[in-house]
Amino acid sequence: MDKMPKWADVVLIPLISLILAAILSALVILAIGENPVEAVNLMVTGALGSTYGWGYTLYYATNFMFTGLAVAVAFHARLFNIGGEGQAMLGGLGVAIVCLYIPWPHWSIALLAACAASMLFGAAWAAIPAYLQAKRGSHIVITTIMFNFIAAAFLNYMLVNVMRPQGSQDPATARFPEAVHLPTFQSMFSTAENAVFKGAPANISFFVAILACFVVWALIWRTRLGYEIRAYGHSETGAVYAGISPVRITIVAMLISGALAGLMATNNVMGEAERLVLNSTEGAGFIGIAVALMGRSHPFGVFVAALLFGFLYQGGAELALWTSIPRELIVVIQALVILFTGALDNMVRMPLEKLFLGLRKGAE
Amino acid sequence: MTVPAIELKGISKAFGPVQANKDISISVAPGTIHGIIGENGAGKSTLMSILYGFYKADKGEICINGTKTDIPDSQAAIAAGIGMVFQHFKLVENFTVLENIVLGAEDGGLLAPSLSKARKELKELEEEYELFVDPDKRIDEIGVGMQQRVEILKALYRQAEILILDEPTGVLTPAEADQLFRILDRLRAEGKTIIVITHKLREIIENTDTVSVMRRGQMTATVKTAETSPEELAELMVGRKVLLQVDKVSAKPGKPILEVENLRVFDQAGVERVKGIDLTVRAGEIVGIAGVAGNGQSELLEVLGGMRPGQGSIKLNGEPLALSGHGSDGQARRAQHIAHVPEDRQREGLIMDFHAWENVAFGYHRDPAYQRGLFMDNAALRADTERKIEKFDVRPPNGWLTAKSFSGGNQQKIVVAREIERNPDLLLVGQPTRGVDIGAIEFIHKQIVALRDQGKAILLVSVELEEIFSLSDRIAVMFDGHIMGERLPHETDEKELGLLMAGVAEEAA
Repeated sequence: MDKMPKWADVVLIPLISLILAAILSALVILAIGENPVEAVNLMVTGALGSTYGWGYTLYYATNFMFTGLAVAVAFHARLFNIGGEGQAMLGGLGVAIVCLYIPWPHWSIALLAACAASMLFGAAWAAIPAYLQAKRGSHIVITTIMFNFIAAAFLNYMLVNVMRPQGSQDPATARFPEAVHLPTFQSMFSTAENAVFKGAPANISFFVAILACFVVWALIWRTRLGYEIRAYGHSETGAVYAGISPVRITIVAMLISGALAGLMATNNVMGEAERLVLNSTEGAGFIGIAVALMGRSHPFGVFVAALLFGFLYQGGAELALWTSIPRELIVVIQALVILFTGALDNMVRMPLEKLFLGLRKGAE
Repeated sequence: MTVPAIELKGISKAFGPVQANKDISISVAPGTIHGIIGENGAGKSTLMSILYGFYKADKGEICINGTKTDIPDSQAAIAAGIGMVFQHFKLVENFTVLENIVLGAEDGGLLAPSLSKARKELKELEEEYELFVDPDKRIDEIGVGMQQRVEILKALYRQAEILILDEPTGVLTPAEADQLFRILDRLRAEGKTIIVITHKLREIIENTDTVSVMRRGQMTATVKTAETSPEELAELMVGRKVLLQVDKVSAKPGKPILEVENLRVFDQAGVERVKGIDLTVRAGEIVGIAGVAGNGQSELLEVLGGMRPGQGSIKLNGEPLALSGHGSDGQARRAQHIAHVPEDRQREGLIMDFHAWENVAFGYHRDPAYQRGLFMDNAALRADTERKIEKFDVRPPNGWLTAKSFSGGNQQKIVVAREIERNPDLLLVGQPTRGVDIGAIEFIHKQIVALRDQGKAILLVSVELEEIFSLSDRIAVMFDGHIMGERLPHETDEKELGLLMAGVAEEAA
């Protein structure tokens, strides 16, 4: 029998972890002489109190959905892809090339091409660590971390030496042409008398992310490839017995993972910045790990966790803006949430499992 | 009468429902070599783990040199003068011999004084027991025989008076094994007490003073080696329990289905596990491979099932099978109508976290019958699972449970149902009833015989001699990667097979 009911695993554990993180964060805020209740209030109104706040929250959440899905797919094959950051950077390069050097008649066709290019570039960046893991046994955690640095350096080179417009001081590409600008939520949902999401970066790629959630769900639980990925993730010897090639699954799972991370560029590069800048990913690749952990590698869980982290990001920014709570403390709060929901999962899980076992024994 | 160096009185140890040791008493005189022999799973290693403080006995007491001694952990065992040489050495590969010997017995925070003291003592030990090793060589630079010497020296360095060796010759060549026993002779001459655990009869007969036989957790006999014979030990070891009878008519073997010629298999470490065997399995017969675990049977099965590469020639229905590279994986084998019930259902045959209905397709998940367009046809899978659950009486009859929620017997029924229902030409079966309850054993045996009666070829690997006897139409015995001989079940007995399994050549038996 399973040790505890499924709802406890999916809902209760993340919830308790979150509460613990919140309590600790409150203590830290108290310690620096601010009022935690007021801080929470500010975060909620700042992130969720207006369509402007929502526009930012959903923008961040879109990034985290892509990187969270990327990590989740790799998790199913028991691969720890820490390279989402680098893969998303390369995805940005793909998007920039497609948007800058090809004249597009309409944003919708450009978006399709950008999706393809970002996936291709992201997957290509994941392919080398995947190959090294599958064929040479080089640990994927190490190689993907290293590839993040290589990606950053490579992008630096490309932006400074290759793609920077002549005469510009800024290590960034030129702005993308008007035709490839994606519709923002503002232009999509505002009416003549009521402007919503005004100035917020949320854009149509939010729906691409939701679509990606459905596709990943179908891939993992409804296709033969997903079946093989999950089987390999649960038992390598089992996979060998069934004639599932560990090499193939490792490479394919990482390619899909890299493609998903690359897709993030449709949001931050094409949808928001509308040009490629240095460090465009802003750590979203790493947040994806926490999102996947908290979401139990399930696309729906990833969706919810991405929303939560989007809220934390936007709420945190508001907090830094309106209080004397320093920007660094926001990072502390976010880190606590990541720590409790991700790394310290077992701390909550073990006592809870014992509790449920005890309850069950009592019932029998 | 001298005080025994070790005396065990009424030791019992259970792991859950499994009684690993039942009321075991032995007494070993000082300055002797005492052998403990028994089949795999007889409880030898558990007993020695209790003596070395890894497990705590449920009942019974241990006396060292006549005084009752508690051994809660290995530190206490070392303090009591017990040294252990494990089957799998506990050495740090990239440390030198000297560093390994000192490891865990350092005198203080600084290493240099300990090392120089150890170097001096090591030299004395080497000369006293003629146990020469180069103290500055790294462990990964020296051979297996040398590594074992380091283990022995480690024990002696910690002033061991009693030395326990668990399957010491398992990894040694015959020449290295001879050297080992010369060393043990020498240690005995110096007054050490030695316990050797093995399943090899010849080693016991040639090297020990007394021998105890274990079977199913019990000590069935302790005899003086000089007063016994390999035949008697084999009988004691295997036992004469009534066979679990399977109703079956005699086989009507047809044309050869599987033909194996000069098959060699090397493991990941490059060690040769199967050393050139020939084997034929015909339609309508069950060929049983008997042997103590670890003599190459698993590797044979895995090559046939496409789980690892091999060299040589294998033909199925006269068509050669690929043994490495393209076309040699499990998918290719299934396409060639070879079904495989693997030895370890939990690690290989099933994905324990998958639902039963997902496991029913495992290995056959690419079958077009299970696909619908881009997707798996889960409804078809579940319908198929319901059929198999009913036909094979899997309990509880719920395809939505994960594999790990079923008992061992019902897990195995799921695997057997999946493989037999493919109606294969050749069925590979490894340890079909390991950890399976009696009722399920009978059921699984019946299914295997029924498949044979449909004219299919079956290759059975089992470490249970009873199972081999009750199912096989022909028995081949494997030892050390070779087939020692083939016998017909009605023309042989456990004693003869036991000798073959222990590697005693036919003329000696």
